[in-house]
Amino acid sequence: MALLEVRDLSVSFARKGEPTVTAVDGISFDVQPGRTVGLVGESGCGKSVTSLAIMGLLPRRGTEVSGSVLFEGTDLLGLSQRDIEQRRGRDLGMVFQDPLSSLNPVVPIGLQVAEVIERHRGVPRRAAMSQARELLDRVGIPDPDRRLKEYSHQLSGGMRQRALIAMALACRPRLLIADEPTTALDVTIQAQILDLLTTLVADTGTALIMITHDLGVVAGMCDEVNVLYAGRVVERAERHELFAAPRHPYTAGLMASVPRLDSSGEQRLSPISGSVADNIPWEQGCAFCPRCSNALQLCGQATPEVEHTGDGRLLRCHNPVGEATPISVEGP
Amino acid sequence: MMTVDSVVSDDRTLIDVDGLEVHFPIKRGIVVDRTVGYVYAVDGVSVRVHRGETYGLVGESGCGKSTLGKALLRLEQPTAGSIVFDGTDLAELKGEPLRRMRRRMQMVFQDSLSSLDPRQSVESLLVEGLRAHGLDHGREATATRLQELLSAVGLPASALRKYPHEFSGGQRQRIGIARALAVDPDLVVADEPVSALDVSVQAQVLNLLTDLQDEFGLTYLVIAHDLAVVRHIADRIGVMYLGGLVEETGADSLYAEPLHPYTRALLSAVPVPEPEVEDRREQILLSGDLPSPAEPPTGCRFHTRCPWRQPQRCDSERPELREVAPGHRVACHYAEDIRDGLIGP
Ligand SMILES: Nc1ncnc2c1ncn2[C@@H]1O[C@H](COP(=O)(O)OP(=O)(O)OP(=O)(O)O)[C@@H](O)[C@H]1O
Ligand SMILES: Nc1ncnc2c1ncn2[C@@H]1O[C@H](COP(=O)(O)OP(=O)(O)OP(=O)(O)O)[C@@H](O)[C@H]1O
Ligand code: SF4
Ligand SMILES: [Mg+2]
Ligand SMILES: [Mg+2]
Repeated sequence: MALLEVRDLSVSFARKGEPTVTAVDGISFDVQPGRTVGLVGESGCGKSVTSLAIMGLLPRRGTEVSGSVLFEGTDLLGLSQRDIEQRRGRDLGMVFQDPLSSLNPVVPIGLQVAEVIERHRGVPRRAAMSQARELLDRVGIPDPDRRLKEYSHQLSGGMRQRALIAMALACRPRLLIADEPTTALDVTIQAQILDLLTTLVADTGTALIMITHDLGVVAGMCDEVNVLYAGRVVERAERHELFAAPRHPYTAGLMASVPRLDSSGEQRLSPISGSVADNIPWEQGCAFCPRCSNALQLCGQATPEVEHTGDGRLLRCHNPVGEATPISVEGP
Repeated sequence: MMTVDSVVSDDRTLIDVDGLEVHFPIKRGIVVDRTVGYVYAVDGVSVRVHRGETYGLVGESGCGKSTLGKALLRLEQPTAGSIVFDGTDLAELKGEPLRRMRRRMQMVFQDSLSSLDPRQSVESLLVEGLRAHGLDHGREATATRLQELLSAVGLPASALRKYPHEFSGGQRQRIGIARALAVDPDLVVADEPVSALDVSVQAQVLNLLTDLQDEFGLTYLVIAHDLAVVRHIADRIGVMYLGGLVEETGADSLYAEPLHPYTRALLSAVPVPEPEVEDRREQILLSGDLPSPAEPPTGCRFHTRCPWRQPQRCDSERPELREVAPGHRVACHYAEDIRDGLIGP
């Protein structure tokens, strides 16, 4: 059984006087223990909302969530506020893009980590402090004895992200969600943090959901990759297969859009045309159709359904890139 | 691709920067401001940008890229050093001549929403630039000029009557570029022109910048922290660390043979979107954080994090940016020994 099974997850936001926004529109995926699953896609495609929904962190008012999020068989969406809070302390950890806003500015770092240990694992304060010290050391914070007493504003961006990872790890989660954990960091610091996350996953068997818009990060870290577009998964494959032969025109378009450090600038980029503002509603057809270089007339008229191709890939497209593989139509 | 000797100034040089320093005073005090120190944002940079080339400036956050870019356009006052633009020392210009010179150098910013006045329509934003430089030659000529500009950056004519917030990020970046081009500049300094954009839109804007350069013979200084973007668009690249230039060479040469330890570490840290490459990529992980530009390390500024550091000179003697191969300048005492594998990390 998978550790986490997300089934048909949908999230919409309704605000007075504004049209309802469907941010996540029927997403399904699994996470196995010890594996890293990527969610990748452009701004606004629903990556963060998906992770917040799993963690039970969405505002309750005006938000409608449907589907299920099964963690070892328990539907997290059905839990009370109190129960999901306990889960967050025990089984689920999260690291955000902006560590400053997720750290408490008036509590020293060491105490923040120790409090998590105290609260969720019932360890007494003194022992919790010494475990906090060990954790800071483990995530590569130099001179942890001194850092324990420092406040978040005294730390650099990279150190803050390490502190946040230490806090997420304090409860020994079995699932860690990292939402753009290195987007705000310099590339040399990013390398340190990604290295840390990879090592932790390998050492502790924690499952990781890695959310990023950086295809390079995905290529190096994720066992399996979900490509999101307008709130839906449009392609899913093992990373080597995905990059070797992207089948969804959006995936292929993303790959042709990014300049690569290892190729000279001579070659012109082939960007996807338009922007997400051009999308059509999924109910009407394929949301990507107005931007798609492979679009058929059908694409603007009928919603493409999820298909499982022969090579174990998931695809949602009327006219995929490359040779057709045998396609069987089933549920997720 | 240009292979040029960057050391001697000649008539290919559009902008010639020599020994540039920009130091920001750190003030303390309640009644009277006392200067208690300086942020050495740019600390002795010499660089030449040639006509028609794209010079890429890379380096991590806070290393002084934006400050250098602004100082070139006199938007920041240099503490020391000289900037010669097309043969004229900018420090000697004041008033009207300075204003006329400014027309020839324009800037494109990262965040076009905050750099475009939200209350001005696109038309008024563009006309403003023309007026300021006396290029507003009557209604008809201006209307034609505006159409040309919009079509050059790929926006519909209907954009003129709209306001910045009505556009997507990529479209706003096009407006920012149109505004810079309106006054027909020679040099465009683009500070992180694509870093706020989605990759698909980023690629559109990068292609646009390339096309406009070909069409109008522009010279670019492109500032960015994304090394892949810079390698793609630049002819030559300068790498900055803590206010100084540590390496400069052609874009392909920088990638093929980075000589400065910092450049090596920087390049090795960039993930490439190809799993086979990622599975093999060998990283040089730097320890620790960037030191503060208010208290830069002695000697080589990189010595506190350098895996190749040597006990003799690195912490005491600041290495000069010197030419180690034609057009390839490096500020490392041991560049040759490192290249030849005589000393290891
Ligand atoms: N609390 C909210 N109320 C209303 N709309 C929201 C809310 N949170 C997110 N949205 C909308 O939902 C959509 C998906 O947002 P989400 O934050 O998940 O995108 P993302 O994929 O994480 O993008 P990014 O790469 O920019 O972080 C967006 O259109 C966003 O504007
Ligand atoms: N007006 C100012 N007053 C004081 N310090 C400043 C000022 N402008 C910049 N600095 C400081 O100078 C240093 C260089 O800043 P600069 O903005 O040039 O860096 P950068 O390389 O452009 O970084 P980024 O990649 O984050 O944009 C930083 O330490 C910055 O805090
Ligand atoms: S001069 Fe020394 S410290 Fe600086 S980069 Fe070279 S080897 Fe490293
Ligand atoms: Mg997000
Ligand atoms: Mg900057």
